[in-house]
Amino acid sequence: MFVILSLVIGSLFAAGVYLILRRSMVKLLFGLLLLGHGANLLIFTAGGLRVAAPPLVPTGLGAPHAGHADPVPQALVLTAIVIGFAVVAFAAVLVKRAYGALGSDDMAELERGGLA
Amino acid sequence: MAFGIVLLFGAALLAAPICRLAGRIGVWLLAGAPALVTLGLLAELPLAADPAQALTVSYSWFPEFGVALGFRLDGLALAFGVLVTGIGALIVLYAGGYLASYTSRERGRFYSYLMLFMAAMLGVVLSDNLITLFVFWELTSVASFLLIGFKHTDPGARRAARQALVVTGAGGLALLFGCLLIMSAAADLGLSGVDIGRISALSALPLSEHPVYVPALLLVLLGAFTKSAQVPFHFWLPGAMAAPTPVSAYLHSATMVKAGVFLLARLSPALAGDLLWTVSLGTVGAVTMLTGAYLATRQRDLKRVLAYTTVSVLGILTMLIGIGTPLAIQAAVVLVVAHALYKATLFMVVGNLDHATGTRDFGRLGGLARALPITCAAALVAALSKAGLPPLVGFLGKELLYGAALDLTEAAMLAGLGLALVALVANAMLVATAFIVGVSPFTGPARPLPKSPHEAPLTMLIGPVTLAGLGLLLGLFAGRFGELFAAPAATAIAGQPMLVKLALWHGVAPTALAVMALSAATLGLGAYLYVRIRRQRGAFASADGADAPPAEPSPGVAASVFERAVDGLPAIAGKVIERVSSGSLHRDLFAILAVFVLLLSAPLAAGWAQIVAPSWDVVRIDELLLALLVMGGALAACVTSSRLGAAAALGAVGVGVALLFAIYSAPDLAITLIMVEALTVLLLVLVLAHLPPFLRHSSRRRRVSDAAIAIAVGAFMSALTLASAVIHLEPEVAAYFAQESVPAGYGRNVVNVILVDFRAFDTLGEIVVVAIAGIGVYALLDPGRGARSRGRSAQSSEPPRAGELGQTSLILQATAGLLAALLAVASLFVLLRGHNEPGGGFIAGLLIAGGCALYAIAHSPAAARKKLILAPSTIVTLGLVLVLVSASLGPLSGQPLLTAAWWGEVPLIGKVSSVLMFDIGVYLVVWGTALGMLLALAEAGWQRSRAAEDKPCS
Repeated sequence: MFVILSLVIGSLFAAGVYLILRRSMVKLLFGLLLLGHGANLLIFTAGGLRVAAPPLVPTGLGAPHAGHADPVPQALVLTAIVIGFAVVAFAAVLVKRAYGALGSDDMAELERGGLA
Repeated sequence: MAFGIVLLFGAALLAAPICRLAGRIGVWLLAGAPALVTLGLLAELPLAADPAQALTVSYSWFPEFGVALGFRLDGLALAFGVLVTGIGALIVLYAGGYLASYTSRERGRFYSYLMLFMAAMLGVVLSDNLITLFVFWELTSVASFLLIGFKHTDPGARRAARQALVVTGAGGLALLFGCLLIMSAAADLGLSGVDIGRISALSALPLSEHPVYVPALLLVLLGAFTKSAQVPFHFWLPGAMAAPTPVSAYLHSATMVKAGVFLLARLSPALAGDLLWTVSLGTVGAVTMLTGAYLATRQRDLKRVLAYTTVSVLGILTMLIGIGTPLAIQAAVVLVVAHALYKATLFMVVGNLDHATGTRDFGRLGGLARALPITCAAALVAALSKAGLPPLVGFLGKELLYGAALDLTEAAMLAGLGLALVALVANAMLVATAFIVGVSPFTGPARPLPKSPHEAPLTMLIGPVTLAGLGLLLGLFAGRFGELFAAPAATAIAGQPMLVKLALWHGVAPTALAVMALSAATLGLGAYLYVRIRRQRGAFASADGADAPPAEPSPGVAASVFERAVDGLPAIAGKVIERVSSGSLHRDLFAILAVFVLLLSAPLAAGWAQIVAPSWDVVRIDELLLALLVMGGALAACVTSSRLGAAAALGAVGVGVALLFAIYSAPDLAITLIMVEALTVLLLVLVLAHLPPFLRHSSRRRRVSDAAIAIAVGAFMSALTLASAVIHLEPEVAAYFAQESVPAGYGRNVVNVILVDFRAFDTLGEIVVVAIAGIGVYALLDPGRGARSRGRSAQSSEPPRAGELGQTSLILQATAGLLAALLAVASLFVLLRGHNEPGGGFIAGLLIAGGCALYAIAHSPAAARKKLILAPSTIVTLGLVLVLVSASLGPLSGQPLLTAAWWGEVPLIGKVSSVLMFDIGVYLVVWGTALGMLLALAEAGWQRSRAAEDKPCS
């Protein structure tokens, strides 16, 4: 299980890094999205993987069955997903504004002082 | 006592509405607050005489660290407190007249700053805890920054305010460190708990024998010297004259600048006695006294004349506290009172002159006694007090000063004589400047003025007349003044009982005669100086015509050095950044990533053998397929040249990850991510519609090198994941949450219980971040939106029409309303069941935001807003309020923040509690933010005219 997921995480990070190194601001944004997925999966995986054992307490019992998944990384990642959405939305609007001001979505253009 | 501070803070809060609603009467109301405090303080006079009986209150804060909100009313606190609030009340009245031409809005702002300052200052003088003192001390710096920079459209005022803030703020930091050192020393010397910060407990300690004494003392002195404008930090004070005159009269007579002197007096029982104390205070004080007095005689702007004489007097006070003999301390106390009275009067007199004539130029004012008779009378009395003539209170102060100098000759001949000489020279210059300000404008021939002069209104006369009159009364009843008011203060400074016998006539003892001789010499020298300066004035006046602008005062060496340093900082920072960063995101990122992989690979490789072995495991087919989907999507996003294609690939990645969460027992994550993905795709489409297609910017070589580093990072992260799998952290936390979820949290969904109960504080922070991102999107899209969203009818100059987001299908339009309603109901269901089954506020919020977004796509954003009734920002606000209310229920019943309250069972909903309330708050915040962002984006549309508006913001 870990091997497959580690490959998934690795490729998410690789693709994310490749995209944030592009000059297009839109690709930068996409890269951020992929990096977010990668990081979330990494935290999730580091907490251990369990199949069909969600951290839910069955009705009538006082605690979940033994061997349940770790709820802490799940709680962490859940908020991270929502914050990630808010941040991506913010970044998207930044990109849109930068394009509006610059007339180009080329990072190199921005760095040359197109906005200075 | 604490009530007084609270009262003034309350007045600061209410000042603006009072000004707007009560108009002219508001000023009297506002002045009532400090006047009341003054009376309350005076009522305590009999108690303050005996330090053992001093009123003390203390509120627990961080008892372990010696921090408490501690207050103590001894003689010193009382004397300063009465000055602060009494003069404060008169200043409030005075400002009522002075600011008559300002709008009520500006007046409200002014008064709230002024009352804030007063409250902070009262806090400083009443504090009996080092940290409390520091907090109020900093508050005075901030409030004075706001007051000095009150005319914030004037660059000069802004510069002066910045100067004052930087100088006193830096001093404040030094003071904080000094206080911390003193507290640590106090702990070493046997105090414990709250006592280590209690100022009144420090005097019993042999602090000067502790190794940190010297650094602590130097740091505290730095704080006091910057605040009290001692050389070389004196320059901010004259600069601060950019403030409206009432501020100058207040900050620079009774308060702000006296805070440093007060601090020295307050800490003198604990810190004095060492040679370092005496020498540093004595030297700095003497130099400041001479410098200030000399510079005062060189000014033409009357306010600046007064500012420099203030510097000079502060020097005298510092020196006297440094000398620390009984007579010196008595002189300091009497001088503090005398100076506060005459200096505030003179500042207000200058304000009246400025008000009446339109100029403050010494060379252009003359012969105004007839036009401003009352102001003139007050000015004369105050000037005579300043010059130290009997029977005014200033005379008492000056006599004591000379007495202290002569007294010192018995212990240290040279020091005493030197002091007498320095005091003589400085006092003579003060005499001259007293005449410049208090006499010269009213005598001699009248000169052409910008305005025809007239007497000031009543409110602007009460202050100067009262204070000048007090100066006279205190002089006439010197004995009672010394006994009742000065003695308790001197006792508090000296740390031992002290009698203060004040009198206008000391008989014909040899010392008394010597003092008289010195006084006479002072007057003679002062008069001579005045005549010389006045003759120069003739030269000034004939050189300038009547309309010539007043000469710009030169900022002085210290001020220009400071300004250059401040201006130089950005340049230095720029140089550093140039060194550290290349300015190219690509290059910087590349470097960071390369270093990251190279540095961390080695330790990972070292432990590789243990990592791989146990982690080869069964591979599930569903997992494999999802992995391929995610990896394929990620690859496609990298290589595609179609933007929509990339967006679709990202969607596939998101769904794949969500399903992986589902397989691995994280149903909440899976649902959340699916919802987020739907909204993200919508968001991307909205943004992408306005952006250009992908271009091939990079060269092939660069793409290859980027791919290489990307693969290296990816490989590293894969290895890291494998490594993390073998680390078995003790899952104590997780086990605790799982065990306690039902018994303590009444919820069967452990993840949700963690989010809204166990770790609700984290969640609180997170939803605030979400809300802030939402505000950011609003602000970026349209700065003027705030004004418009209030009147929803006038929402947008060109309301987006249905179908603007693409051709909308009829079927969608027909069913969207129903779907949205269903989603809304479903979201409520998910919200309520969230505590026991997968679901909860986050998921439900995303769900209903999705429903609303669907409706907006089918019809139009405006239609969606109309259906909603509440604006998304209102929804967010409601949510935040709910969250905060549920969080504060605990503290209200004496329990920690976010302690859950359980109210009972309701059919269909389950347990009703503050936890549910919190989750509903989360729901509203997530809903409002997500929807607000999408609607704002959709509405912003792509206005072609926009490109023209959005000119580069240089």
